[in-house]
Amino acid sequence: MALPTPEPIPGTTLFDGSAAQMGYQLNAMCYSFNDKANRDTFLADEAAYCDRFDLTPAQRTAVAKRDVLGMIAAGGNIYYLAKLAGIFGLNVQDVGAMQTGWTVPEFKEMLLAQGRGLTYAEAAHG
Amino acid sequence: MAEIVGAYFTSHVPAIGGAIHRGDQQDPYWKPFFDGFPKVHEWLAAVKPDVAVVFSNDHGLNFFLDKMPTFAVGAAAEYANADEGWGLPLYKSFQGHPALSWHVIEQLVEDEFDPVTCQQMLVDHAISIPFELAYPDAREWPVKLVPIGINTVQHPLPSAKRCLALGRSVHRALASWAGDERIVLIGTGGLSHQLDGARAGFINADYDRFCLDHLASDPDALTGHSIHDIVRLAGTQGVEVLNWIAARGALGPAAREVHRNYHIPISNTAAATVLMEPA
Repeated sequence: MALPTPEPIPGTTLFDGSAAQMGYQLNAMCYSFNDKANRDTFLADEAAYCDRFDLTPAQRTAVAKRDVLGMIAAGGNIYYLAKLAGIFGLNVQDVGAMQTGWTVPEFKEMLLAQGRGLTYAEAAHG
Repeated sequence: MAEIVGAYFTSHVPAIGGAIHRGDQQDPYWKPFFDGFPKVHEWLAAVKPDVAVVFSNDHGLNFFLDKMPTFAVGAAAEYANADEGWGLPLYKSFQGHPALSWHVIEQLVEDEFDPVTCQQMLVDHAISIPFELAYPDAREWPVKLVPIGINTVQHPLPSAKRCLALGRSVHRALASWAGDERIVLIGTGGLSHQLDGARAGFINADYDRFCLDHLASDPDALTGHSIHDIVRLAGTQGVEVLNWIAARGALGPAAREVHRNYHIPISNTAAATVLMEPA
C-alpha cells in the first residue's frame, strides 16, 4: 500500500524517487560539470553535450531557455543545477530571481526584509 | 579515555567561502555573521580538540544519484576537496582517523544502523567552510576528521528522530573509545533556506528559533516534525538541520549552549553559529 501523500507545499517540489528517475540524465550532465574540461565542452557546443547525456526533450528545452523552473519540473535537483548555473556565472540569488520573477535586486531586498523581521509572506507578498 | 569537549554548529553557504577569500569579514553585509566567530576561536583555543566528528551532507561532489547513501561514514586516512563545478580555489585536505571511524561504524551497526563505509571520500564546502571559519589562520587543520554524511538531497530522507538516534549511537561509540583524544562534534548547514522553486528565498525565523531554543535542552522536541513538516517550516534545504540534530545527539544526554549567533540573510540563508558543552 502506498504511503499517504502529505499536503503539497506551495512553490515547492520535493526531489523524490519519481523526480530522481525523471531527472537522471539532466542531473548526470550537471554532475559532469565538476570537471572543468566538461564545462568547456558544454560551452563549446551545448546541443552536442546535451545529446551526449541523452537529455529528454523537456530537459533540453529548459536548458536552452535557461528555464530553472522547467528544469525542476523535468526532474532537475538544485544541488546539481547549481553547477550548470555556475557555468553562466549565476549564483543562487540570480537563480532565485529567475524562479520567482523578481529582479535580482528585488530578490535580495526580499531576503533583507526577512532579516528586518518580516515574515516570508510579508516580504514576498506584502 | 577520550573526552568529548563540546559541539560546534554553523551554516555552510558556499558564498561564505568567497567572502573569506576576498577578506570581506568586516563588510557591512558579512560582519553580523562573522562577528559570531571570535567566540568560536576563543572556545576552540580553550578546549583544544584534536579530532572532529562532523555531520554534513554532500552536494554532488562525492555522491551522485547512481548511489545515494542515507548514512555514510568516512574511514579514510585523508580527505581531499575537489572542484565542485565552480572552479573555485580548493580547500585544504584533512587528515583522517580510520581507527576511530571503524570504531564508530562498529557501534552504528551494533545499534542496527547500517551505514555505507567510505575508504575514499571527497569532502565539499559543507565541511571545509565550517573549518575555514573555525581556524582562519591554520596552515593545516589541527584536528583529524571523521566525516558522517546524511542524505538531505533525495527523498525519502531519514527522519529527525532517526538522525538524533544516529547521533546517540555515535556518542556511545565515542564514550567507549579507549584513546585519549579530545573530540569535538560538528553539525553543518541550515538553518532555514530554500534555493529552488517558486518559494525560493523562503526563510522562517520562528522555526529556527524553536530549533535553537530546544537543541541543547530538549533535542527530542525537534523530532516531532516529519521531514515534510521540516521542508514546509524550514525550506527544501532547511532540512540540513538534520546534521545539527545528529551532532547534538552525539554530544551526549545533557548539554548547555555557551554561544549563539543568528543572522538573516547570508545569501539565501538564515545563518546560525552555536557552541555547546556537555552538561
